[in-house]
Amino acid sequence: MNIQILGTGCAKCNQLATSVQVAADKLGLAYQMEKVTDFMRFAELGVMIAPALLVDGKLKVAGRVPSPVELEKMLGA
Amino acid sequence: MSASTGEERTCCPRKPRTDDAVAAEVRSKAFTIAKAVMAAGLWWWIYRNLAAFAEGFTRSLCGLDPQSHFGAAVGFFVYETPKVLMLLVVIVFGVGVLRSFFPPERTRRILAGRRESAGNVLAALLGIATPFCSCSAVPLFIGFVTTGVPLGVTFSFLIAAPMVNEVALVLLFGLFGWKVAAIYLATGLSIAITCGWVIGRLKMERHVEEWVFRTQGCGAGTEEKPDGRTRIRAGVDAVRDIVGNVWPYVLLGIAVGAGIHGYVPENFMASIMGKGAWWSVPLAVIIGVPMYSNAAGILPIVQALLGKGAALGTVLAFMMAVIGLSLPEAIILRKVLKARLIAVFFGVVAAGILFTGFLFNLIL
Repeated sequence: MNIQILGTGCAKCNQLATSVQVAADKLGLAYQMEKVTDFMRFAELGVMIAPALLVDGKLKVAGRVPSPVELEKMLGA
Repeated sequence: MSASTGEERTCCPRKPRTDDAVAAEVRSKAFTIAKAVMAAGLWWWIYRNLAAFAEGFTRSLCGLDPQSHFGAAVGFFVYETPKVLMLLVVIVFGVGVLRSFFPPERTRRILAGRRESAGNVLAALLGIATPFCSCSAVPLFIGFVTTGVPLGVTFSFLIAAPMVNEVALVLLFGLFGWKVAAIYLATGLSIAITCGWVIGRLKMERHVEEWVFRTQGCGAGTEEKPDGRTRIRAGVDAVRDIVGNVWPYVLLGIAVGAGIHGYVPENFMASIMGKGAWWSVPLAVIIGVPMYSNAAGILPIVQALLGKGAALGTVLAFMMAVIGLSLPEAIILRKVLKARLIAVFFGVVAAGILFTGFLFNLIL
């Protein structure tokens, strides 16, 4: 699965990256994680607010860091 | 609901609910509501009795005379700290839940294609309800501008979002009363609406970096619509996030305020920043624009100034200049706006703040 974390390096963006990594590892998923910090790509991906999480190209959450339970749901389902 | 069963990857993940499941859900909802009501009642009771508690605490537990300098300072601190924190928690929670109704995608849809004027007003109002960390400024700008939201309307949004945020309003209300908070809200919105409108009139679309318009925002789609529980969690997250970040500043601010309350004589600031010193407003704006602080951080200064005789107009102008415009923001925006547009943006907003400062010094 392809995981993209969109963020520009503020605390929340890094937090999302770490939490997602923890959740994905916990679920034992095979994934590639990409951290996108370039604004132009944000626009291409249609994301307006940071941080944001895309799984296989689909926007799962934006603007906040979800709880571990929520994250596992987003990654698993 | 565990996500690790692996077998339930059907396209329709919900199993049909049994009667037991429905009953359990109703019970759990009723429970949540009961807890909420009790929490609200407790909060209210504590809030009501804070003043009495603070005085009792100062007098009996600390053995201080509330009229003395130190006693007054301690009493002030003991009263204001829980009061402001409690207000913050409630309001940030409320706004957090409110925000779950207005993800940027929805805001964009509401604003796209609107005429100016009406669009400016809406944008400013929505700006209050939308979360805004400065790393979102550019993506938001691009998202709006490339999907039919007029430039001026986008600016109204960009001005309102950082300036008129609920932390500032709550702290102003808690420390200075509802009138000051209302004034700040009204002027913040007016500045956002007017300045955005003015920038729109100036037809500066040419001054947006070209690459912005070249991006094809076809979008990754919107998130699923949140349910009630997610909305509440949004509120709780907001509290943990914002109050968790801001409380040291609040305590510091109240401590400073307490010291001033107890020790500094009245009218200390009147000569430098009082109504008579007209040049204090432009000075406040010039100093404030390059500075950046979150709303909670600037409050101690605001308190110090106001409490000792500075004019309200000057102080509000300073606060708005600090929170609303900043050098870091200008640098970030340089990625999407050409220098001239940034200059116009800052210039127009600074002028608006200046005007408001003068106006209030005159009429209040």
